[in-house]
Amino acid sequence: MKDVDGNHPIRPRATPVLQEFAGEGLRTLALAYKDLDEDYFHQWKRRHHEASTALEDREGRLDQLYEEVEKDLLLLGATAIEDKLQDGVPQTIEQLSKADIKIWVLTGDKQETAENIGYSCNLLQEEMNEIFTVSGNSPDAVREELRNARNAMKPDAVDSVFPSERSLVKGPKVLMDEEVNGEHGLVINGHSLAYALEHGMELEFLRTACMCKAVICCRVTPLQKAQVVELVKKYKRAVTLAIGDGANDVSMIKAAHIGVGISGQEGMQAVLSSDYSFAQFRFLQRLLLVHGRWSYLRMCKFLRYFFYKNFTFTFVHFWYGFFCGFSAQTVYDEWFITLYNLMYTALPVLGMGLFDQDVNDAWSFQHPRLYVPGQLNLYFSKRAFFKCALHSCYSSLVLFFIPYAAVQDTVRDDGRDVADYQSFALLTQTCLLFAVCIQLGLEMSYWTAVNTIFVLGSLTVYFAVTFTMYSNGMFLVLPSAFPFIGTGRNSLNQPNIWLTILLTSTLCVLPVVTYRFLLIQLCPTINDKVMFKVRQTKASPPPPTRRARIRRTSSRRSGYAFSHAQGYGDLVTSGWFLRRPAAPRPLGPAHAGRATTGFSPMGRSAGYSPTGRPQNAKAPGVEVTSLQMYRTISDAAL
Amino acid sequence: MVKQEKEFVNRPDNTAFTQQRLPAWQPMLSAGIIIPGFVLIGLAFIGIGVALFVTSQSIQVLEVDYTGVEQSSPCFKCSDPDVKNCVCKMEFNIDSLFKGPVFFYYGLSNYFQNYRGYGVSKDPNQLSGDLDSFKVPSDSCAPYEYVGKTPIVPCGSVANSMFNDSFKLYQIVSGAKIQVTLDGKGIAWWTDYNVKYRNPSVTPLKNAFNGTVKPTFWSKPAYELDPTDPANNGFINQDFLVWMRRAALPNFRKLYRRITEGDYAKGLPAGNYSLEIAYNYPVLSFDGRKKVVLSNVSWMGGKNEFLGIAYLVIGSMCVVMSIVMLIVYAKFKFPEEE
Repeated sequence: MKDVDGNHPIRPRATPVLQEFAGEGLRTLALAYKDLDEDYFHQWKRRHHEASTALEDREGRLDQLYEEVEKDLLLLGATAIEDKLQDGVPQTIEQLSKADIKIWVLTGDKQETAENIGYSCNLLQEEMNEIFTVSGNSPDAVREELRNARNAMKPDAVDSVFPSERSLVKGPKVLMDEEVNGEHGLVINGHSLAYALEHGMELEFLRTACMCKAVICCRVTPLQKAQVVELVKKYKRAVTLAIGDGANDVSMIKAAHIGVGISGQEGMQAVLSSDYSFAQFRFLQRLLLVHGRWSYLRMCKFLRYFFYKNFTFTFVHFWYGFFCGFSAQTVYDEWFITLYNLMYTALPVLGMGLFDQDVNDAWSFQHPRLYVPGQLNLYFSKRAFFKCALHSCYSSLVLFFIPYAAVQDTVRDDGRDVADYQSFALLTQTCLLFAVCIQLGLEMSYWTAVNTIFVLGSLTVYFAVTFTMYSNGMFLVLPSAFPFIGTGRNSLNQPNIWLTILLTSTLCVLPVVTYRFLLIQLCPTINDKVMFKVRQTKASPPPPTRRARIRRTSSRRSGYAFSHAQGYGDLVTSGWFLRRPAAPRPLGPAHAGRATTGFSPMGRSAGYSPTGRPQNAKAPGVEVTSLQMYRTISDAAL
Repeated sequence: MVKQEKEFVNRPDNTAFTQQRLPAWQPMLSAGIIIPGFVLIGLAFIGIGVALFVTSQSIQVLEVDYTGVEQSSPCFKCSDPDVKNCVCKMEFNIDSLFKGPVFFYYGLSNYFQNYRGYGVSKDPNQLSGDLDSFKVPSDSCAPYEYVGKTPIVPCGSVANSMFNDSFKLYQIVSGAKIQVTLDGKGIAWWTDYNVKYRNPSVTPLKNAFNGTVKPTFWSKPAYELDPTDPANNGFINQDFLVWMRRAALPNFRKLYRRITEGDYAKGLPAGNYSLEIAYNYPVLSFDGRKKVVLSNVSWMGGKNEFLGIAYLVIGSMCVVMSIVMLIVYAKFKFPEEE
């Protein structure tokens, strides 16, 4: 390259400027030009056409031609491009790792870029014990590097991947989490990942990767992103979430349990194939720690309560069977049975499922550990279901036997009958409704106006409907459908009936209250502690304290994506990862047992050959992308 | 400004409802509420329990089993199913004044009026006085629907199994028997008598029952249940109504008469009494028992010790639990770290 103006050389001025740009973490570009003679150009074009259609050594010949024409350019100047991370990314990643969420970065960028990003968004930290790099060129080298990493993290680890491999348990094997001392990071590039994802080594890779706090896979192709996600899904009992913004993330988003697309500059491809989409990465924090958590909480409370109220409702009939000759006589009025789930208990449960919260969103951000119960499936497991069934059993015993004993041989205060079937049914159903409503009140921890209206309204509706159906008017319309006429008026004006209702509802509920209170005092969960704190402050939380973060201020590392090393077009164009049977080629020494198109990790993208090494043929049918046309100038001065 | 509109067109609602910021009350099971609450509930329950228990203790109940199972019983001779129109006398003694108004019940045990098949076996249309259903009774009454081709009115097993023992009560004063007047008015629910059960509007009532036949176990048809009083005849007969209101449990008692008139309005004085029973109703075949119960009532109804005792027990347990919780709270107050 020559300077434009021979008298005032640009290069001595351009070089420090470029260095300054790079120091600030900008992506640098030098601009140069050259005038071509038209005849020469036609001739060159013809030779280029010949070379590009040549059957042998196409890349080599094209490379030669490019070398020939890209000489003696005149330097114009230098530019720089900025490629920033979005706002709030480091904070989000920090919060999510506090919530026991493992974060892996799968990027197509180069290793240095990926490492830079890792440091700038707080994934890799200076305090980490060690960052392992896996960049072997052969399966054995990769396996060696993974083993070394594992031994460094856990010196006494068992060699075989599944310690209890002798067991004859059928079904998919699950890789359990292993405890390691200290925090480690793993950086693996796409070439090595291609070996590591092979069937023989994938468990090795997964095991090592899961021992690290942060994993960065750089140079991965879109298919490899999906493969990594599927590997985790298959062998770990974990829920995976993939978030990305470009079309190259679509396969990963579709492979994960939950796919999140970021809509923005790179178009809507990721958004169209995702389950959730938003515009900024930092919204992920809100999605998981606030809405995901609330959703889990609501769903579990809803399910537990629904089972409870229906089991209680039904078990009472079981106890009554002993006293009615097992004739399947219902304890309640038939209208009550119809309307119980439809009208009397539908809206309160719905209200709880829609509006319930344990702590508000600000507090959820402050305490990411609140997310852990959802990960451990604490709120609705087999154990929780069994406890619910037991609770229902107890409630049903109380709901039947207290009215049974209270009604035994009793009469109204004017001597008339109150121990008849219809009064007993009314008594039991009223007790049941009071008991389940109070139980709902205990379950709900967030009483909005809507919820209050639903609960009190349901009770009011119950009494209104009951009295309407037991009234004279309805009976005269359809005598056979409303046989309970007069029951409400004749039994609900008796003090002993109301005292029975009071006793039954209280006895159903007080043990639960006692149990919960003692549990909060003796083994408080993270939720209890946070709610206690909320109650204490009784106001919006204090702003999160700005911890003095130990951030590197080294200028070598930057938060921006740029790199000077070579591209990864090889990997894409070779089609090695596509596992298609390709035309047999003389295989390089590094791959045994794989019909490849001769992909070699040391190869170059098409059309590039600074050192003149043998080129790879392009895989059939893969189009040349602009990336492959990009050539880096290796100049020691830059 | 087009740009501003474009900026905000996709923005979701920012109301308190859609963003889940509704003002709410967030109760918590804190010690300051639970422990005093338990104490209050406990004390209230103990108070109610005491009141109930004391009231229940003051209610007097006298039961006389007259099934005649043992050979020594005066009604043993009547317990033989082949004996018809048997009358037996049971003697009993009252120690102190049985305060009035005294209620006279008959009780049955091991009698499952709450059996489902039994309970649906009746025709509410017939019992409301609908003449069409006199001719064609409802299917649910089977097998007590027709006798041959003639419909039964009232059909069904509930009506068929109506209790037909009758009682007379005599006080024995210096060798002479004085009859105690028994009042059978107003023993059924007002709604049953006035709304639920209606006689067909045909006078004389007997004509409505043309072409029908009485239930199999009855000795006389419905229109002869009380020939002397048309307001107590047919379907609105008080004894019939009391029987049709089927009981919830296998051991029950039903109101027969009230003792409210004359000298006995203030109660039954102490002394010897004789109960004359027209024993018609067979219960021994299913191991049932029959009894007569004399009882007075209070604001809480009949004598029921369970409610009082239950309240006392639960109340004391509440107080005990509140002390336990106070101890736990004082000792294990959880520390305030994150």
